[in-house]
Amino acid sequence: MQAQLLNPVGREAAKVMNRSDLTRRLVAKLKHEEAVVGGIGHTHFDLWAAGQRPQNFYMLGTMGLAAPIAVGVALAQPQRKVFALEGDGSLLMQLGTLGTIASLQLKNLVVIVWDNGSYQITGGQPTLTATNVDLVAIGKGSGLVQSVWARDEAHFEALVEATLTSDGPLFICARTDNAPPAGVTERDAAKIRNKFMEGLKVNTRGNQQTYAGAA
Amino acid sequence: MVQETTGPTGETWDETLVRVFKANEIRLITYVPDKVLAPLIKRLHADDYFTVVCPAREEEAVGIVTGAYMGGLRGIVLMQTSGFATLPNALASLTVPYQIPLLMLISERGTLGDFQLGQVIVCRTMRPILNSLNIENYAIERQDDVEFIADRMIKQAYATQAAAAMILSPLLTARVKK
Repeated sequence: MQAQLLNPVGREAAKVMNRSDLTRRLVAKLKHEEAVVGGIGHTHFDLWAAGQRPQNFYMLGTMGLAAPIAVGVALAQPQRKVFALEGDGSLLMQLGTLGTIASLQLKNLVVIVWDNGSYQITGGQPTLTATNVDLVAIGKGSGLVQSVWARDEAHFEALVEATLTSDGPLFICARTDNAPPAGVTERDAAKIRNKFMEGLKVNTRGNQQTYAGAA
Repeated sequence: MVQETTGPTGETWDETLVRVFKANEIRLITYVPDKVLAPLIKRLHADDYFTVVCPAREEEAVGIVTGAYMGGLRGIVLMQTSGFATLPNALASLTVPYQIPLLMLISERGTLGDFQLGQVIVCRTMRPILNSLNIENYAIERQDDVEFIADRMIKQAYATQAAAAMILSPLLTARVKK
């Protein structure tokens, strides 16, 4: 990835954007059946609202496991780009996973954090990022060399475009506002899993059919 | 066809498990370390058949194995009793509702002569948690049973899309000469 795109900008200098808008911008760029794991809460609500792609997985529970699940998908299907979408509150529960991701050096993995500095779904209580934690700094400290704040919408889109054709892992943090999500995911866990596995061309016994990848 | 006896004479439990994993195409190993599991972990690391991942927490391992299953790569989580005790939320909100055939291999600490107070207390919670979540669990206590129990639990998990916890009892592991 071009060094210019990874040019460091601190959290304070990053523009506060809208999660629904950024999610739609991301999804609009996915043309090769890329997998997207949407973390618990408004994160997966907005992924759902951006269009129910068969390669989307929606987490109805389990804070902090969007990135590990994406790691698993990425290990299983190295030809497929895999995105994890997670909130700051969730990632704060599972920071060790950033180190795990760095150790594995998965070329096809991108982790995106929507950092609104709050537990929005439970009433907007502040998270640690609202006061003192910088997740990009933690990403870098965990060994994720490509850790970056999205400066604005154009920069976010440029990062997504670049990662589709260059090696990961990439860790993008985007500051977001506290506007409500654009929709609500259908709460049917078994259906979500089945559709996702069909989207990844895997049967329920855990056996994979072929996927040629983006190339 | 499942054999009712073990394979080659003199095979240790960890050797048998490696064989059973391969027979069932369990290629992804995730673990958080445990002294009892150490010989198995060493064997898995040394074998190119396996992709071995050692994350920071057992929950992470559950997430990784879950994603891998949905992507078409079979995996297992190795842990000790105290590690299992960190998992109820992930099991109840991910594994069970999404019907994930999560394979767990738990070395049972805190019973039959364990001197770690914390292990002893947390050990009491393991089976009640597994049973309250209706997760298939079975303890392996004898070398002759390793292949039969492990192989059948793995096959049942994938056939029924339900988690399985294989518990390695000290009756099996503590009798092995180190």
